[in-house]
Amino acid sequence: MSVKECKAESIISLRNVSKFFQGKTVIDDVNLDIYCGETFVIMGCSGSGKSTLLRLMTGAIRPDKGSVALKGRDIAKISSEELDEVRKTFGMTFQYSALLDSLNVEENIALPLREHTQLAEEIIKIIIKMKLSLVGLRGYEEYYPSQISGGMRKRVGLARAIALDPEIVFYDEPTSGLDPVVGGVIDKLIKDLSVKLMITSVVVTHDMHSVFEIADRISMIHKGKVVEVGTPEDIRNSKNEYIRQFINGSPSGPIDFFREDIGMEDVLDL
Amino acid sequence: MVSEIGIVIIEYLKWFKGVIFLFIDIFYWIVFGPFKGKFSRRQSIFQQMVFVGLRSIIIVVFVDIFTGIVLAMQTAYQLQKMGAVLYVASLVAISLCRELSPVLTALVVAGRAGSAISAELGTMKVTEQIEALETMAINPTRFLVVPRFLALLLMLPALTILGNLAGILGGYLVGTGSLHINPDLYMQTTFKYLELKDIYTGLIKSFAFGMIIALIGCYEGLNTRGGAEGVGKATTRSVVISFILIILVDCIITAIFYFSKI
Ligand SMILES: Nc1ncnc2c1ncn2[C@@H]1O[C@H](COP(=O)(O)OP(=O)(O)OP(=O)(O)O)[C@@H](O)[C@H]1O
Ligand SMILES: [Mg+2]
Repeated sequence: MSVKECKAESIISLRNVSKFFQGKTVIDDVNLDIYCGETFVIMGCSGSGKSTLLRLMTGAIRPDKGSVALKGRDIAKISSEELDEVRKTFGMTFQYSALLDSLNVEENIALPLREHTQLAEEIIKIIIKMKLSLVGLRGYEEYYPSQISGGMRKRVGLARAIALDPEIVFYDEPTSGLDPVVGGVIDKLIKDLSVKLMITSVVVTHDMHSVFEIADRISMIHKGKVVEVGTPEDIRNSKNEYIRQFINGSPSGPIDFFREDIGMEDVLDL
Repeated sequence: MVSEIGIVIIEYLKWFKGVIFLFIDIFYWIVFGPFKGKFSRRQSIFQQMVFVGLRSIIIVVFVDIFTGIVLAMQTAYQLQKMGAVLYVASLVAISLCRELSPVLTALVVAGRAGSAISAELGTMKVTEQIEALETMAINPTRFLVVPRFLALLLMLPALTILGNLAGILGGYLVGTGSLHINPDLYMQTTFKYLELKDIYTGLIKSFAFGMIIALIGCYEGLNTRGGAEGVGKATTRSVVISFILIILVDCIITAIFYFSKI
């Protein structure tokens, strides 16, 4: 598929999507289109609903209002078998890696290969070696998730996500908790995957350095609402107060860190 | 007040519906899974069998030997008055095979393996591992629940047979050691009155108990909420609910056998 052909279609589209948890609005009337082949970054404060948005896109949770379409098909309307077929073309890394504790690194990465392909064991072994060297973890095949560091687990999660050479990869904070060097390597990997293999990437992050490094388009969400969507240039030059505050990381501005109902004064009074 | 009772009832019904759905789902994957080329891996069934079976042997033998001993002493106390001490042998064997060994083995395994299953699946749930499986298009019922279900279904009857033997051995120790019954006579009396149906009714029970333990352990694990505390709660719930259901189902099956004269 050539780049131009690919860009024209929206591979994921959210229409008026809302999600409530225990009466609390977590995602509030979101409209988004993610196009084939692009790297789409979702940024926002902690608790703004970024992970929830990703889970809506992968069909892990269903929206309470609106519709989510993957490759033009509404996930609420397709059967679970069809959803699984779509999911086989996905990869996803989780914020806390979500590796299976009972399997070692090698078995974790092999899992999607063994479950969904008829590849011979020798070929699976070679693929595992390739994917592990991409994330810089050759030689850790035999380790269990409890025996490696959080950052390493994250990278194994990434290797697992790309094991089946997916068309779309969802990354939930792929570089948080990594040192700057490894973080840079992962950023480069995400970029390489999307440029060389035409993988569509959806990246949740609040690492401002990596945002501008990898993004084709950026969206900022706050309290479950999309504040703005645009190219890195648009965002850098945005006049929007929320975005200015977020990029500069300043404590004062429209994003109030302290909850409105419990003022700072109340806390200090105690 | 009325509305509170209503809420509680609705909660129970929801729970019941969830358990039944999981049960149907398990059967779907056992029966139709192989046609789709989606087996539960033999290796993981084997692992689970080792876990629930082999590792429970010692405690099952321990519990049933002592139950056999206690049973022999208690019945001897009664039978001595009638001068029928010899019948200790058949009484011990029949009550063990029909009732005590299936139930006690099931309770031991529920406490040991059932709680471990819900703790493990609960931890997987709260650390997003279950969600990760789903996102990878791997069905958690097929991948996690079916191997545990099959392992318990096969291993609990096996452990029950072992428990029967251990219990008879316990009775034998009392009968020959303290009641001075001739060892050969003791064994003869044991098997003279013990019929095949006494053994298989016990085994039918233990199949049912195995399903209960696996089903409740998995259901509570997969529906765990809220961190480490939630895992603790799920584990406790699974043991308590399994215990109650085992006793309840034991009563129902025994009644069915009793009224149909088996
Ligand atoms: N299963 C759930 N039940 C109840 N509330 C939830 C649930 N999942 C998320 N929430 C709520 O939704 C809000 C957004 O959560 P989410 O995990 O999407 O945030 P996030 O943007 O990913 O934050 P972070 O950057 O810290 O990961 C939070 O306020 C959280 O309390
Ligand atoms: Mg998050």
